[in-house]
Amino acid sequence: MEDTICAISTSLGVGAISIVRLSGPEAIAITNKIYKGKDLTKVESHTINYGHIYENDKIIDEVLVSVMRAPKTFTTEDVVEINCHGGIASTNKILELLLTNGCRLAEPGEFTKRAFLNGRIDLIEAEAVSDIINAQTENSRSLAINQLTGELSRIIQNLRQEILSLMANIEVNIDFPEYEDAEEITHNVLKPKLKDIKAKLLEILNESNNSKIIKEGIDVAIIGRPNVGKSSILNSLLEENKAIVTNIAGTTRDIVEGSIILAGIKINFIDTAGIRKTEDLVEKIGVDKSLATIDKADLVILVLNNNEKLLPEDQELLTKIKKKKHIIFVNKCDLSSTLTLSEDIKNEIIRGNTIEPNGLNDLKKAIVEMFNLESFSQKDLTYLSNARQISLVKRAIKIIDEVEEQLNNEVPVDFLTVDIKNCWDLLGEIIGATYKDELIDELFSKFCLGK
Amino acid sequence: MNYEIIVVGGGHAGCEAANAASKLGFKTALITANIKNIADMPCNPSIGGTAKGIIVREIDALGGLMGKVADKSHFQIKMLNNAKGPAVRSLRAQADKITYPNNMLKELQSIENLDIIEAMVEDIIVKDKQIKGVILENKQEIACQALILTTGTYLKGTILVGDTKTPGGPHGEKRSNFLSDALKREGFTIQRLKTGTPQRIKKDSIDFSQMQEELGSPEPLTFNHDFPACYIPSEQEKCYLLYTNEKTHEIIRQNLSKSSMYGGYVEGVGPRYCPSIEDKIVRFSDKERHQLFLEPESKYYDDWYLQGFSTSMPYDIQEQMVHSLKGLENAVITKYAYAIEYDAIDPLQIKASLETKLVANLFTAGQINGTSGYEEAAAQGLMAGINAANKLRNKEPLILKRNEAYIGVLIDDLVTKGTKEPYRMLTSRAEFRLILRHDNADLRLRKYGYEQGLITQEQYQKLLNKEQKIAELKEFLQNNKLKITPEVEEAFKSQNLSVSNMSLSLEQLVKRPGITIVFLQQFFSINYPKDIIEQVEISIKYDGYIQKTYKEVDKLLKLESKQIPKDIDYSKVKNLASEARQKLQQVRPETIAQATRISGVNPSDISILSIYLKKEYNKNE
Repeated sequence: MEDTICAISTSLGVGAISIVRLSGPEAIAITNKIYKGKDLTKVESHTINYGHIYENDKIIDEVLVSVMRAPKTFTTEDVVEINCHGGIASTNKILELLLTNGCRLAEPGEFTKRAFLNGRIDLIEAEAVSDIINAQTENSRSLAINQLTGELSRIIQNLRQEILSLMANIEVNIDFPEYEDAEEITHNVLKPKLKDIKAKLLEILNESNNSKIIKEGIDVAIIGRPNVGKSSILNSLLEENKAIVTNIAGTTRDIVEGSIILAGIKINFIDTAGIRKTEDLVEKIGVDKSLATIDKADLVILVLNNNEKLLPEDQELLTKIKKKKHIIFVNKCDLSSTLTLSEDIKNEIIRGNTIEPNGLNDLKKAIVEMFNLESFSQKDLTYLSNARQISLVKRAIKIIDEVEEQLNNEVPVDFLTVDIKNCWDLLGEIIGATYKDELIDELFSKFCLGK
Repeated sequence: MNYEIIVVGGGHAGCEAANAASKLGFKTALITANIKNIADMPCNPSIGGTAKGIIVREIDALGGLMGKVADKSHFQIKMLNNAKGPAVRSLRAQADKITYPNNMLKELQSIENLDIIEAMVEDIIVKDKQIKGVILENKQEIACQALILTTGTYLKGTILVGDTKTPGGPHGEKRSNFLSDALKREGFTIQRLKTGTPQRIKKDSIDFSQMQEELGSPEPLTFNHDFPACYIPSEQEKCYLLYTNEKTHEIIRQNLSKSSMYGGYVEGVGPRYCPSIEDKIVRFSDKERHQLFLEPESKYYDDWYLQGFSTSMPYDIQEQMVHSLKGLENAVITKYAYAIEYDAIDPLQIKASLETKLVANLFTAGQINGTSGYEEAAAQGLMAGINAANKLRNKEPLILKRNEAYIGVLIDDLVTKGTKEPYRMLTSRAEFRLILRHDNADLRLRKYGYEQGLITQEQYQKLLNKEQKIAELKEFLQNNKLKITPEVEEAFKSQNLSVSNMSLSLEQLVKRPGITIVFLQQFFSINYPKDIIEQVEISIKYDGYIQKTYKEVDKLLKLESKQIPKDIDYSKVKNLASEARQKLQQVRPETIAQATRISGVNPSDISILSIYLKKEYNKNE
């Protein structure tokens, strides 16, 4: 771990500024070789320096260089960050120059790995770093930052402490059977204690579902027959919010038409092109696709035309969305009403059109209320946020389920300690307090390049 | 004079060491300051207890003496944790403090290769970092090829009562003044430990009617695997339970400054699990009463041991304290409680074979290694005896793993974690305790005893027969079903058992709560002995948990197989936390698994170490 690593630590081509980061004993000296300005080896730590990157005598870019000396840096090694203009060509050129002058290209996640291995951050914090980089809304950023400051670690630690004292009590019962000083943990004592621990784990898990919403947003499918006005509704929503309207890959692997931010949460509109094509050639594929879209979406908005009678296709879609979270948007309410809908779905209906803002505003309000989005910005965001952590909590809960079943089978408490200990270990894995051989390498290989 | 192996100290460690070394064919001398103190029990009058009882079973399985001798020498025996699962059951015998040492001495005297010498050892002879012999108090030298030190509490032993300190052993004998200095000279780190023992009360002065009787188990029980119980369960002696009260607590609180502990007269570190009564009252001030037990020490004299009342208060306060107890108002104290401080070495300086790292062929066992308890001492004595012999016959040392024996856990803990207080075995120290049971000690360890040469062919054959019978009964249960006849239904109903799903194999039926093999046996013409049935029933009923434990064992063995090269230079492993680096340097663990158990070495240090090993040593993989 003595070599100096470097990588581009911002997404290429997205921002106006790119950052090339170096970490290691040679970080400052190597940068100095390709930099003209103040002598970086002599500047004070934690300073930003203006200058130029040169290749031989040719200026490559005008840059700001942050110099941070060990140990008060992210990796605890010497760290240099070169802020350059965001073009792909010049950023790559700078990286190339660093590599030819003695840096090694960082492996995915290597900066974070160094921070972890040098004792700067714990495992859960390391994971949070990768979350911050990928965060797209303010809420998801603060969730990740909360983890970075150890809030989640603390909650898990408290829970582990609770399990530990339960285990300790059982051990005392076993090792000092004749002493009455410690409460005897019988099956009846154990049951409510486990129930309590399970409830707390479930709470963390439930909140982590919210955390998925914060990090990935809500996927909304707008469906309906052709010509009911889906596209114009979508366009009005997107344009008004000046949202990204290019096709970008959503987290559900579906094509997202565009996203807007409501109450700090990303709302992703999923492409329902399939439905539009149903009347064209590939009818079957279209239907399948629409079904799949409905299935995957967190929310379905069914658009009906106020100006037309309810058709069998509409009826079919109405049945299909019943099991999903849904809103029925009756469009074209500026035109005369020929649509009649059953009374029992009255509460699910929002009326409006794409010319006046009122109806669409009601729609947005309904989404905010439906997912209680306002609450996210008020809560302490301390939830588990990735698949590894969530699966560990789920496994811990499963173990408690098993113990509860074994309690009914009259299995002696000392056997159950095997499971309880296991539960404690699993929670330890979340915060890196339990050693798992393959875990570390696997974990860091998943991080994005640079951080 | 010269011997192949010399054992210094005649306590529980020394007896086992001398027995093993001599029975393995080596000309052995046991040197003790006083033959009368061979296998002495200076503290509690019992052998066994939770976890400790399992150790005694293991000693017996390997060919040691403690179990066999205890079985001949007790007046009460009890299975502890009987209401809990089979994994934590453990035997405890109230051993007679006269009979037990006598029986042990007889055993030792019957060994041909073994001489018992009465003398005080004051120095060791070391040449080129190898042990050559010992020097007695009278300057006589005795040469040896291997030396086992089992000096107990005698290294600079000091007796503490109140503010008085008296140099000497538990019975006021002479202590060893120079041996620990000799060890220091050879580079050993000496630490000061402390332990204590409560009052002895004259039997006639006790009003037992004020106390609750504590009885032995009603069925015959033994530590040893070879001979049946030689006592009549209904004729066992009783012990008694009594409690402290507010008056007792008041006396203690008012006189705290007079206790050696609280008065600041003690430098040694005492055990947390065995606190003095003043400690209990200070630390758990909300408790209104504490339990005490009265246990007879011997049939040959009248002292009763007041367990739980250990203290270092001066005599006059002890009088007041004892007389405040219900039933002991007129008690005559025949021996006052005292604390004893003694020198021990830092067990991080010994290997898993119990040979010291500093001096070749020098072994240590028992309290000198920082443990507490007769059983812990005996276990180490046995292993040191075996491994001293192995060293001389050029055999690999016998090192029991954590998944094989409590003895393995004990020694691994000592040499990996070290200890700052007298180490006592607890079931919670054994992460694989579900498979380290009282009932399967022979199945786990007899083969080792046989391979080493302490278990006879006949004993080994008995084990093989047992294994065969277990397999036979398992197969029978797997391949047979129960036909429902009116008698079967009747029998099930009388036990409140359901007769549904009877098409399952008998093995599946045994998994159900309430159904035992003994119960099923009545419907078939089979009749297996109790120990066979017990093994099969445990393996069926708790199969799920036992499998889980084996999975954990596999993980351990995997880490255990990751060797750390002996020449590793920890200063070259970058980024280790400084505490971890220092501990690794000191312990020099042999495997990654052992490294994970060192306190102060955190998971992140282990990752760093693993990565380093991969990079530096597996380059060609």
